[in-house]
Amino acid sequence: MPIAKEPTLTLNPGAAKGPSVAAGGTWQVHALAQGKTMATITAMIKTLKADGVKWDLTAIDSMDHIGAQLLWNAWGKTRPADLQLAPGQEEFFNRLESTGKLELPAARPQRLTWVMKLGFAMLLFFEHLIALTSLIGQVVQELWRFARAPMRGPWKEISANIFHAGFQALGITALVGFLIGVVFSYLSAQQLRNFGGDIFLVNLLGMSIIRELGPLLAAILVAGRSGSSITAQLGVMRVTEELDAMLVMGISHGFRLIMPKVLALAIAMPLLVIWTDTIALLGGMVSAKVELNLSPQYFILKLPDAVPLANYMIGLGKGTVFGILIALVSCHFGLRIKPNTESLGRGTTTSVVTAITAVILADAVFAIVFSGVGF
Amino acid sequence: MANQALVPEKVCGPGTGELTLDGSVPIVEITGLWTKYGRTVVHQDLNLEIEQGEILSIVGGSGTGKTTLLRQMLGLETPARGCVRVFGEDISEIDSDQLQQLRNHWGMLFQQGALYSALTVFENIAQPMRELGTLPEDLVRDAVLLKMNMVGMGPEHANKMPSDLSGGMVKRVALARALALEPKLLFLDEPTAGLDPDLSEAFVSLIKSLHRELGLTVVMVTHDLDTLFALSTRIAVLAEKHVIALGPLRDLLTIDHPFIKEFFLGDRGRRALEALDEKTNTEHH
Repeated sequence: MPIAKEPTLTLNPGAAKGPSVAAGGTWQVHALAQGKTMATITAMIKTLKADGVKWDLTAIDSMDHIGAQLLWNAWGKTRPADLQLAPGQEEFFNRLESTGKLELPAARPQRLTWVMKLGFAMLLFFEHLIALTSLIGQVVQELWRFARAPMRGPWKEISANIFHAGFQALGITALVGFLIGVVFSYLSAQQLRNFGGDIFLVNLLGMSIIRELGPLLAAILVAGRSGSSITAQLGVMRVTEELDAMLVMGISHGFRLIMPKVLALAIAMPLLVIWTDTIALLGGMVSAKVELNLSPQYFILKLPDAVPLANYMIGLGKGTVFGILIALVSCHFGLRIKPNTESLGRGTTTSVVTAITAVILADAVFAIVFSGVGF
Repeated sequence: MANQALVPEKVCGPGTGELTLDGSVPIVEITGLWTKYGRTVVHQDLNLEIEQGEILSIVGGSGTGKTTLLRQMLGLETPARGCVRVFGEDISEIDSDQLQQLRNHWGMLFQQGALYSALTVFENIAQPMRELGTLPEDLVRDAVLLKMNMVGMGPEHANKMPSDLSGGMVKRVALARALALEPKLLFLDEPTAGLDPDLSEAFVSLIKSLHRELGLTVVMVTHDLDTLFALSTRIAVLAEKHVIALGPLRDLLTIDHPFIKEFFLGDRGRRALEALDEKTNTEHH
C-alpha cells in the first residue's frame, strides 16, 4: 500500500520569529488511522497550546477532510494568524471556515423516575392485554365468517400451517420426548427401588407424561419453533409492506393469516401431544426394561389401569388450548413489529418468551381447575 | 459448451501485490468476465475499464446484470470466470488485509440506502470511522457533522433514526456514510430511484459538486435518463451479454444499434436530451 509518508508534525522552537510547526507526510484518514500515528499526533498537538505559533503545511503531500479537520481542531477551530498552505489545501479550510461551528444537538435526557417507568410498564402491559383481547375478538368473528361459508375458507393456508407446525415438528418432539422419557424413567426407577415399589413406575410415568409432561414439552417446542417463525413471518411482511398490500386488496389479515394459524395449531397441537406422549412412554419403557427388567408387555397392559382416560383427555385439551395460545401470542407480537431490524429481533424474542410463559400459566390453571379429576 | 471451453479459466496476470491509488492503472478493469445463474448466461466475455476521475454510468435493459456487475466490482459476488481488478488488484485473489484496505477506499450507495436501522443518523455515518479504531471521538464527531453538512443535512437530524427519515434523506445519509472515509471510488446503485424530480435534481447536483470537490471516480447504475445525461462522463451500454458501446453520450448517439436507438432516442430520451441542450445553451450564454 503506497501510503507515501506517515503524517508528521515537527516543532521548531525557533529563536527569532517565534515557534513554528511544520506538518508533513500524508494527512489522509487511512494514513492517520494506522498504528500509533494518531496517538503521537494528538499528544503532540496537546503540547502546542500557545498562541502565535506559525504553521507550515506546505510539506503535506496530500490531505483529506478528516486530516484538515484534525488540524482545524488543533487550532481551536479558527485559522491561525500565520499559516502557510500548499496549493489545493485552501479549499479544505475554506469549507471548514464557511460551515462554521456545527453542534450536535444534545440527546434529550431521560427524566423518568422509577415510578414513572413502572407506570409506563403497566400501561404497556394493559395495552398488550387490550390488543390481545381484540385479536381474540377478531379471530372469533373470522371463525363465524368461516363457519357460515366453509367452502370459501382459507383451507390451503390451514393445511400449510398444519404441515409446518405439526408434521415438521415430529422429529424434534420425538427426540426430546424419548430422551425425557428415558431420563425420567431411569431416575424414578432408582427412587422406587429403595421402597420396593418398582411396579409403580408405570403409574408414575403414565400419569406425569400423559397429563403433564407430554403437552408441556410439545407446547414449549412448538412455541420455540412455530411461535418464532410466525412472529418473524408477520414482521417481515410488515417490513416489506405485504400486510398493507393485503389490506389494500381487501384481504383481511384475520381471515387469511391469523385464523388459519390459530386453527392449524389448535388441530396440530393435540396430535403432537399424542405423538410426544407415545414416544416419551416408549423411552420410559425401554429404560424400565434395562433398569428394572420390567417387560414391555407388562408396561402396556398396566397402563390403562394406572392412568384413567380422563387424564388423556385433559392432556389433549391442554394441547388444543396451548396451541391456540401460542398462535395468538405470536400473531399479536408479529403484527406489532415496526419496519426495522431491531424491532424484528426484539419482537421475536418477546413473542417466544411470552408464549412459553402463557403456556405455563395456562398449565397452572388447568392443574387447579382439574385438581379433582382423573385420579 | 464448446465455445465456453475456448475461454481461458483465468485471464488475470499477477498483480503488483499492492493497491495502486495514484491512477496510473485503470481504477476498475474487468476482462473476460462471465456470469452464470444456473444455465442462464448473464455476462459473456465482458470487458470494461474505468479511468480515474470519470463518472461512468452503466445502462441496459432489465435483467442485463447491471447491478450484478456492480456487486462483482465490490466483491459481493464472484464471476464464473474472468477477472475484476480494482486499483490494479484482482479482488478474488487479494488477501484479507488488502481487501480491508481496499474497502476503506471505496464507498457504496445502495439502492434502498441500507442504513443500519438500529443506529441513529450520526452513528450510521460515524460507523466506518469508528471501525478504524484509532480516531478520537471529538474528531469523529466533527467529521460526521461536516459530512452531513456536505450532503446538505443540518446537525438537527443527527439523532434521528433511519425509520424517521424520508426517502430523500435516507439517500443523503447513505451518501454521507459512503463518503465517510473519503473514498477514491464511489459506487451508486440507482442513486435517484424513488426520489421526486426536484429532489433527484438536487441529488444529482450534490453528486456533481462532491465529485468535483473530492476528485472521486464514480461508477453508477441508473435508469433515470436525466441523471444519466447530467452526470456521466462516459456511458457503458450493456446488451447482448456484454458492453456493446462505451463512450461519451454524444458518441453513443451516433451508434446504430436497436437498443441504443430505443433507449436514447425514444420519446423519453429525446425529451431528456432537449432539456440537456437547453441547459448547456443557457450555461454558455
